Amino acid sequence: MKISLFITCFNDALFPQTGQAVVNVLERLGCEVEFREAQTCCGQMHHNSGYQKEAIDLVRRFVEVFEGAEAIVVPSTSCTAMIRSQYPRLAKAAGGEALAARVEAIAPRVFEFSEFLIDRLGLEDVGAYYPHKVVYHSSCNSLRALKLGDRALRLLRNVKGLELVELARAEECCGFGGTFAVKNAETSTAMLTDKMRHVLDSGAEICTAGDNSCLMHIGGGLSRQQTGVRTVHLAEILASTDQAAS
Amino acid sequence: MTALDFTARARTSLRDSQLRRNIAKATSTIRAKTARVAGELPDWEALRDAGQAIKRQTMAELDRHLVALEASVTAAGGVVHWARDAAEARTIIVGLARQYQAGSVIKIKSMTTDEVELNPALSAAGITPYETDLADMIVQMAKEKPSHLLVPAIHKNRAEIRDLFLRELDPAAIPGGRLDADPSSLAKAARAHLRAKFLSTKVAISGANFAIAETGSVVIVESEGNGRMCLTLPDVLISIMGVEKVLPKWEHLEVFLQLLPRSATGERMNPYTSVWTGNRAAEARAGDGPQVFHLVLLDNGRSKILADEVTRDTLNCIRCSRCLNVCPVYERAGGHAYDSMYQGPIGAIVTPQLRGFEEAGSLPFASTLCGACQEACPVRIPIPNILTHLRAKVVAEKRQGLGALNGENLAMQAAKAMFDHPTLLAMALAAGRIGQAPLVRDGRVTHLPPPLSGWSLSRDFPALPPESFRDWWAKREPRS
Ligand code: SF4
Repeated sequence: MKISLFITCFNDALFPQTGQAVVNVLERLGCEVEFREAQTCCGQMHHNSGYQKEAIDLVRRFVEVFEGAEAIVVPSTSCTAMIRSQYPRLAKAAGGEALAARVEAIAPRVFEFSEFLIDRLGLEDVGAYYPHKVVYHSSCNSLRALKLGDRALRLLRNVKGLELVELARAEECCGFGGTFAVKNAETSTAMLTDKMRHVLDSGAEICTAGDNSCLMHIGGGLSRQQTGVRTVHLAEILASTDQAAS
Repeated sequence: MTALDFTARARTSLRDSQLRRNIAKATSTIRAKTARVAGELPDWEALRDAGQAIKRQTMAELDRHLVALEASVTAAGGVVHWARDAAEARTIIVGLARQYQAGSVIKIKSMTTDEVELNPALSAAGITPYETDLADMIVQMAKEKPSHLLVPAIHKNRAEIRDLFLRELDPAAIPGGRLDADPSSLAKAARAHLRAKFLSTKVAISGANFAIAETGSVVIVESEGNGRMCLTLPDVLISIMGVEKVLPKWEHLEVFLQLLPRSATGERMNPYTSVWTGNRAAEARAGDGPQVFHLVLLDNGRSKILADEVTRDTLNCIRCSRCLNVCPVYERAGGHAYDSMYQGPIGAIVTPQLRGFEEAGSLPFASTLCGACQEACPVRIPIPNILTHLRAKVVAEKRQGLGALNGENLAMQAAKAMFDHPTLLAMALAAGRIGQAPLVRDGRVTHLPPPLSGWSLSRDFPALPPESFRDWWAKREPRS
């Protein structure tokens, strides 16, 4: 199967290692990966901040770039949710049937990374080895918009050497919310503090998730507090094996 | 008009440790309770679907149902008034209270009367309003604002209420001037205080949870029974309801009488459900129950909410307050941060639509869009979608004229330009890698300049790595 990677602008610029890990896992599993270089951003930041016109332009760009792809894999729960839940509404708001029809054709072929492994490839064990104590943070988009349930946990449970521990109040938001973290920095910090407390109480050395935006937020707090706990994207854990890197 | 600044108000509440504890404790208790009793019904999800469908169908033909309601209420002996806005509602109700020579009125918990700011208008006309819902009475005595739809004094604990009662209650209600802070002593004192009002006041003012168009019946659902006192003891009853409270048929009530208590207080059934239809029944038993009934139907911006396809679902709200109890922002910022009788997620969408964006434009941004509200809402109101829709309206309003020069807009336009042109993005990243140098320490940025300084208040930011994903990809050996 030929997979088109939508890296997302955020991962592209700040977390290239996540994209490399996705490529690594998919190729290890026998998939062919392509990267369409004209891709940029899904439009989530503009949409969530109230810049609807700009977001619609970015919907159009996404559709133009990825039209015809067999499967599009996205290592971000919030960008996947943006495409799946918001694109149809935005296309409708943009007026005209054409864009809406193109969105409708492309949306079912867009997969969040863990969803692709489990639902499309039918795999829960991807042959990973990761000898660390890990806690999983389910992003709000994974939990509520995409309803991914325990997919990531199933993948993690099959990683050799990994000790998975539970997170208290796992369903609660970490307080990021895009520009919310900046506009309402104090309220956001109050939410983050509680999330960090639960992460620390779990005793894990690493906090993982399917979305680097939550992880940048939680990790940014953990780093500021010198907790010694770090954040790692799920794809990077799954990319790790007991073989020396080739 | 001063703009409502959610961020600043939240900042104040966040530092109040007593308030934080009171709210966290109350919401976690109520969350557990509502989740338990909602979860025990095998057809809970189907009930939610039904609730949403009935509300949506009702809103689609709201005008017709309201005319039917007016006809039924009139036929049952009630008098119907239409109020276009808050000022009209105040004029009508103050006028009626005067007409019946009321020196005071007793009130049942009603957010709608708060919305139209009825109490100050009554006081100005020399009519004393007495709130009879325990929590509303506490808020009124403390000269505060409600901080929760259903538990307006959620921000106060028992010790604070005891002090307030000692100061404000009728001394006759506290024999010997001694009062303990346990719930039953507090309730006893409040009861003694309120009984005197119930028995001596001739005019009552209520809101309504539902009104049935086909029968003209008005419904109030409550826990304390104080509402029932107001509905049965006085001679005159004046009820005010937002136009969205109408239900076409009696049979629709069944769905909401299950959804509401289970979502609101976590009770399987609320202790008191009062239903009355005009005044004919009371007339037949002269002296038993209100002989006169007035119903005020309030628009106050609701037809505007109805006209917009996306915001329309706002009107489906049954004011159960479950969205507040599950909201992580509400739990920390508290109800007063929303500066309205409607707080939390529902407040963040209702208040800006009622008061306008110039005043309440900060509220749609008071959310991380985490979706907990929509997931919990018994009538499945898509609050996050309505929030982003309102954000777009706020931004559109701000961007007119010179407003387009605000920093955020410029930053968004710059980001957009980069997303339109990947080469520009690559150049910006290259420049960023050089520009960030003075800020980076050990691979992280600990201080960001404004307007991003809010981030670095409590969080480090990762430094831009030496190469982007696309740089790495471009350098990769082609695979066969
Ligand atoms: S929006 Fe939904 S959850 Fe919130 S008060 Fe209204 S009905 Fe209840």
